[in-house]
Amino acid sequence: MAQYKMHLLVCGGTGCRASESEQIVENLKSEIKNLGLENDAQVVTTGCFGFCEKGPIVKIIPDNTFYTQVKKEDCAEIIREHVLKGRKVSRLLYEDPETQKHIEDSKHMGFYQKQMRIALRNCGFIDPENVDEYIARDGYAALGKILSEMTPEEAIDILKKSGLRGRGGGGFPTGLKWEIASKNKADQKYVVCNADEGDPGAFMDRSILEGDPHSIIEAMAICGYCIGASKGIVYIRAEYPLAIKRLKVAARQAREYGLLGEQILGSDFSFDIELRYGAGAFVCGEETALIHSMEGLRGEPTVKPPFPAEKGYLGKPTNVNNVETFANVPAIYLKGTEWYSSIGTEKSKGTKVFALAGKINNVGLIEVPMGITLREVIYEIGGGIKDGKKFKAVQTGGPSGGCLTEKHLDTPIDFDNLIAAGSMMGSGGMIVMDEDDCMVSVAKFYLEFTVEESCGKCAPCRIGNKRLHEMLEKITSGKGVPEDIEYLKNLSRVIKDTSLCGLGQTSPNPVLSTIENFYDEYLAHVTERICPAGSCKALKLYTIIADKCTGCTACVRACPVDAITGEKRQPHVIDPDKCIRCGACYEKCKFTAIHVQ
Amino acid sequence: MENIKIKIDNIDVEVAKGTTIYQAAKKVGIDIPVLCYLNLEHLNIESRPGGCRICVVEVEGRRNLAPSCSTECTPGMVINTHNLRVMNARKTVLELILSDHPKECLTCSSSGQCDLQTLSQKMGIREIHAVEHAEMSTYRKDFSPALKRDMDKCIMCRRCETICNEVQTVGALSAVNRGFMAVVAPAFEQDLVDSPCTFCGQCVAVCPTGALTPYDDTQKVLRALADPTKTVIVQTAPAVRAALGEEFGLEPGTLVTGKMVAALRSLGFDKVFDTDFAADLTIMEEGTELLGRISKFLKGDKDVKLPILTSCCPAWVNFFEEYYPCMLDIPSTARSPQQMFGSIAKNYYTQLMGVKREDLVVVSVMPCLAKKYECQREEFITDGNPDVDFSISTRELASLIKSCNMNFDKLPDEDFDNPLGESTGAGVIFGVTGGVIEAAVRTAYEIHTGKKLNKVDFTELRGLEGIRMATIDFDGTPIHIGIAHQLGNARKLLDGIRSGMYNFHAIEIMACPGGCIGGAGQPLHHGDSSIIKARSEAIYREDSQKKLRKSHENPYIIKLYEEFLGHPMSEKAHHLLHTHYFEKDKI
Amino acid sequence: MNKIKSLEDLRKMKQNLEHGMNIREKSNEPESLVQIRVAMATCGIASGARTVMNTLVEKIEKEKIPAVVTQGGCMGYCYAEPTIEVRVPGKDPVVFGYVDSAKAIEIVEKYIVNGELLDGIIPTNYKTINDKN
Repeated sequence: MAQYKMHLLVCGGTGCRASESEQIVENLKSEIKNLGLENDAQVVTTGCFGFCEKGPIVKIIPDNTFYTQVKKEDCAEIIREHVLKGRKVSRLLYEDPETQKHIEDSKHMGFYQKQMRIALRNCGFIDPENVDEYIARDGYAALGKILSEMTPEEAIDILKKSGLRGRGGGGFPTGLKWEIASKNKADQKYVVCNADEGDPGAFMDRSILEGDPHSIIEAMAICGYCIGASKGIVYIRAEYPLAIKRLKVAARQAREYGLLGEQILGSDFSFDIELRYGAGAFVCGEETALIHSMEGLRGEPTVKPPFPAEKGYLGKPTNVNNVETFANVPAIYLKGTEWYSSIGTEKSKGTKVFALAGKINNVGLIEVPMGITLREVIYEIGGGIKDGKKFKAVQTGGPSGGCLTEKHLDTPIDFDNLIAAGSMMGSGGMIVMDEDDCMVSVAKFYLEFTVEESCGKCAPCRIGNKRLHEMLEKITSGKGVPEDIEYLKNLSRVIKDTSLCGLGQTSPNPVLSTIENFYDEYLAHVTERICPAGSCKALKLYTIIADKCTGCTACVRACPVDAITGEKRQPHVIDPDKCIRCGACYEKCKFTAIHVQ
Repeated sequence: MENIKIKIDNIDVEVAKGTTIYQAAKKVGIDIPVLCYLNLEHLNIESRPGGCRICVVEVEGRRNLAPSCSTECTPGMVINTHNLRVMNARKTVLELILSDHPKECLTCSSSGQCDLQTLSQKMGIREIHAVEHAEMSTYRKDFSPALKRDMDKCIMCRRCETICNEVQTVGALSAVNRGFMAVVAPAFEQDLVDSPCTFCGQCVAVCPTGALTPYDDTQKVLRALADPTKTVIVQTAPAVRAALGEEFGLEPGTLVTGKMVAALRSLGFDKVFDTDFAADLTIMEEGTELLGRISKFLKGDKDVKLPILTSCCPAWVNFFEEYYPCMLDIPSTARSPQQMFGSIAKNYYTQLMGVKREDLVVVSVMPCLAKKYECQREEFITDGNPDVDFSISTRELASLIKSCNMNFDKLPDEDFDNPLGESTGAGVIFGVTGGVIEAAVRTAYEIHTGKKLNKVDFTELRGLEGIRMATIDFDGTPIHIGIAHQLGNARKLLDGIRSGMYNFHAIEIMACPGGCIGGAGQPLHHGDSSIIKARSEAIYREDSQKKLRKSHENPYIIKLYEEFLGHPMSEKAHHLLHTHYFEKDKI
Repeated sequence: MNKIKSLEDLRKMKQNLEHGMNIREKSNEPESLVQIRVAMATCGIASGARTVMNTLVEKIEKEKIPAVVTQGGCMGYCYAEPTIEVRVPGKDPVVFGYVDSAKAIEIVEKYIVNGELLDGIIPTNYKTINDKN
C-alpha cells in the first residue's frame, strides 16, 4: 500500500450516505487532485463511526480531527485549509454540548473516551470494500491460526474460556453453543449468521456488516471449522441493501484470495457462505422462526427442544449466532482469552454495542465494556439529557426490555444485572427518557410494536399483547380504573409465562417494569385521571383561573366545541366533559388565565 | 428403548423416551386439557403446533410453563398440572381466546360440537375480563359449494392447516397475516373455490370450533319435501349407516340401516333408496373397464393406460385434476355412485314412474362434503336440472331427524324401496378404504376367469395403513393392486407410479382417512380415531351379513341392464354413467 | 488476485500491507506515541515545512519509531519557520525552530530516540496549540 501522510476517513454507512457522503468523497478527491496533493492525502470510505446524529462524518488521520455534519460544499475548504495548510475548519468541529467548545479531535470527545471497540474495531477505520485493509489489521489471521494450529475442540475450548455470550439477546454462552453443535453428528451442518436485526432503533449489526464485513465471514468460517460445517448462510434483512452489497463484495474478495472455498489456506477445511434475505419480520430474529423463513416457510417459531444445534436448517444441526457475536470472535482468537475475559464483569465478558437514542445529547452507536454504569453511558458518552431536562428512565433491550430508573443508574450493565433489574440486554437498544415522557404511554408505544410484530402463532402473544395494548390505550385516554393495573400485571405475567417464543416471553416487560418503577404514575392516570408528565392529551385538564379571567370571550370564540361559557366581563368556565383538550383557548388567552394540568 | 422416570402431580410415572408430558399424564389418568393438539393415532396423524398454550404445566426448574403436548419428558422431571400458577395461566389464556371469539354459541352451527365451548365449560369460565374494550379479529366470510369459512371463529389451532398441507398435501390452507390478524386462509385470502381446495372437508372434520362448517342444503330439502308437485327420493351412502347412530348416543360402529330408512320415510321422502345399488352399478362399469384395459394389455396393446384409478371419490377427482393434469386419461371414466344413482334416477326411474325430470328431486345423504360440490358440476346437470339436486351430510340428516321430533333409537327397522334400494355386500364396502377395489375384484375375477369365487373376503386389501399393496391371482394372471387413503398417500403412490417405482394394474384412492367412513360429513370424531376403526368394522359386518356379496349378482342391476342399459360400457351406459375430467388451473 | 495458500503467506501479505495502514493504527493511540506536529501555515510551507514533514514521515517509518507526524497551523513563531512541536509521552512538549531536513533527522535520532537535549528549542513560555482555546 502506498504511504500517505494523511488519511481522510469518510463515513460510508447508511446514515451518512443518506446525507450525501458519497458526494463528499468525490469532492474531497477532486479537490486533492486540484491541489496536487494526490501523494500526500488519501480519501477512504469507511463504515460507521457511530456518531450518526452528527453525520456525515469526516475524520482526518493522523490528528484524529473529527468533522461533523459535513456538507459537500465544505470539502474544498477542508482540503485547502486542513490538508494543505494544517488549519482546522473549526466550524465543522464537534461542539461539546455542555461547554459549547469545539473539540479538536475524537480522542477528546466524551462520546469516544469511555468506549472500547472490539466488535466495532474496524468500523470507521478501514475501507470495508478492501480486503487488504482488513488483512493489514490481522484479518483472517485468527482463521489461519486455528486452521493450522488447533483442533476444533481446542478452538471451541478457547471460546468457552473467553466467556463470550450471545449478543442477540439471550446471552447464551457461545462456546457452549458451538460445542453442542459440534457434537451432533450429521452429514451436513450449517453455520447461520442472524443478521435479521429487528429492534427499532438498533443498528449495530447493520453497522458491523457495512463497516467490517470480513470479520463476519472470518468468524463464520472459524465456526464452520469448529462445528464441522462447510456451509454458512447469512440471514439478512432485505432492507439492508448496503450491508448486503458490502457482504457480497467481501465474500467475492475472500473467495478470490482463497479465504472462502475449497481447502482454505492450504488446510483440508472448505467453507463458503451464501445470503438469504428476510422480509423484515421482527420474529424472524428468533432462531427457529429464522430457520423456517430460510426454508421458505412462514416465519414463525416452533417449540424448543429440539434446538437448532440438533435439528435446524433442513433438519440438520445448525449453529445460529448474531452478527455482533461473530464480530467478537476473531479478536478473541488473536488477543487471547485472558485479554478478553479481563474485560467486563464476572459473568458477562467483553464489550457490548448499544444504540443510544432518545432524549440524550449524543445519539449514536457505542461500544462499551460490560460493567459500565448507565450513568457513565448516559452522562459521559451520551453527553447528558437534552435541553437540560431531568432524567426519568432508560429503556434497554429493545421493545421487550424494561425501563430502568434513577436508582439503577449506578448498576453495572451486564446480562444478569439487567435481568435482575427487570429489563434485559436484548440486542442493545438504549432509549433515554426525560421528565416529559409519560411512562404509561411509553409502555403503550412498545406494545404497539410487539402487537404488530407478533407472528400470531400462540394465543397469549397474539391476543394477550393486543389486550395489553388496549388496556394501556384505555388508561391513557382517561378511562382507566384502579383494577386495570392488576389486570395488566396478571395478564403480563401470564403472557410471559405461557408464550411460545422469546417475543411473547418478554413483550410485557415494558408494562411490568413501568408499573413496578412508576406505579404512582399509573395510579394518577386511573384515580385522579391526570398524566403527571403532561403528555396524555386526553388527561389534560383545562380550567380558567377566575382571578385572571377578564371575560374578554376570546377563548369562547376559539373553542371549537362550545365548551366555554360565561357572562361578558365575568370569569368564564370550561366544561370538562365537552372539552376536547385541543388547547385553542390556551393559545388565544392573552391573560394567562387558562390553566393546564 | 430406555425408560424415563418422572413425577406428575406427585404420581410416579415411567415412560418411554420420547413420550410427551401430555401422553405421560394420560397414562396415569390425568387429562390435561388440550385445544390445538390433535392426535389420530390409528391414522398416524399428529398435529402439535404448541400454539394454544392451554395444555401448559409447571415443570420444576423451568422458568416458564411448558406446553405438555409438545414437551418431551426428561429424566427426573417433576410436573405439576394444576397448581394456582398453572390454573391461572390456563384460565387467562382461555379467556384471551374467548375474548377474540364471537359470543354466538346459541346460534352457531357447531354448538354442542365445539371443543372451545366444551373446554370453557370444563374450566368453569364464567366471565371474560376486560372484554368490553376488546377488539375482535374479523374476516370476510367465504362460501363454497361444500363448506363455509367464518374465520372470526378461528382460534389458530392450525389443525386444518396440518390436515390440508401435511396429510392431504393439497396446500389450500395456510396461516396468513401476522399478529392479531393472523388467520388460516387460502393464499392471498382468496376464496376456497379459487384455491386448489378439493373440498375433501377434512379441515372441517378437525376444526374445533365453528370456523369451518359444511355448506348446508337441509332447508332446501325440507322445502322440496313440502312441495306436493315434487316426487322426492333419497339415496344413502354406505358409510352413513355405520356412523349415524353416534349422533344419537349409540356406540361407534353400531349399524343403523333399518332405523335410518324408517327415519327418512317418516321425514316424507317418497322413496328411500340406497347408493349401494349405484355402487354395484359402478362395479359393473368400472370392473368392465378394468378388465377391458387389462385384457388389452395382456394382448400386448402398448397404448393401453394402466393402472386404472378409481373415480368414486369426488375430492380425489378434484385432486388429480388439480395436481396431475397429465394423467387425466388414467382414472376410470365411471361416474361416482352418487352420480350414477342420480343419472339412473332422472333417466330411468322417471320413465318407470312416469314422472317428469324436473318434478323428481334426488337427495343424497353422504358422509362427504365434496359430494355437495360434485353434484353441482356442470357435467352432471342437464338443461339446468342436476342429476342429484341436493346432497346433505350424515350430521345434517341427524339434525333433521332430531328437529322432526323422532326418537331415533325407538324407530322400527325398515327396508329400502325397490328397485334402486337393493344392493350386495360389494356395494356396502364402498364405504371403507379398500372396499371399492375389493368389490371390483369380486366381480372382475368371476367375469375374467369364468369361475366362482370360493372366498369373497380379500383381507389382504383391508386395513387402515395409508398405502397398501397386494397381488391377487386371477387364475394364473397376477393382478397388482395399490390402495391409498388420504390424498397425501395418494400423491406418494402417484409419484411412485410416475417415477416407475410402482407397477400396478389398478389403484383405489379415497381422500378421507379410512375412506368414506372418515368423511367430513360424518359425526365428528373429536380426535378419537378409534371411532373410525369401529365404523370400518361395522361396514365389513354388514357385508358379511348380506346374502349377495358380488355386484353382478344384484338382480335389479341385471334387470337394469336388460331393460335399459344393454350391457356394461354400452353406448347408453357411456352416455349416462361415465364422465370426463378437466385440467384445473389454480394457484 | 492470487490465492493465499498458507498462514505463512497470509502473514507475509499482512506485513506488506500494514505499512499503508500504519498512520491509522498510530492515530488510534496517540497518547502512547511521540507526536510530532509540523507547523504548516503559509509561512511554514514557504520556509520548507512540507519537505521537513516528508523527511520526518519517511524517517520514522524507516526506523519504525513509535511516532506520529501531524500537521498544525501557525504556532506564532514565523521568524523561526519551519517549526515543529515534539511531544514525547511523559514529557513537556518542546518546539524546535529553523528545522530543515537534516535537523529533522537529528531531532528524531537524538531527542526522540536517545532523549538527548538539542539546540534549537524555542525556550519560551508559549502555549501549545491545544491550550489555545
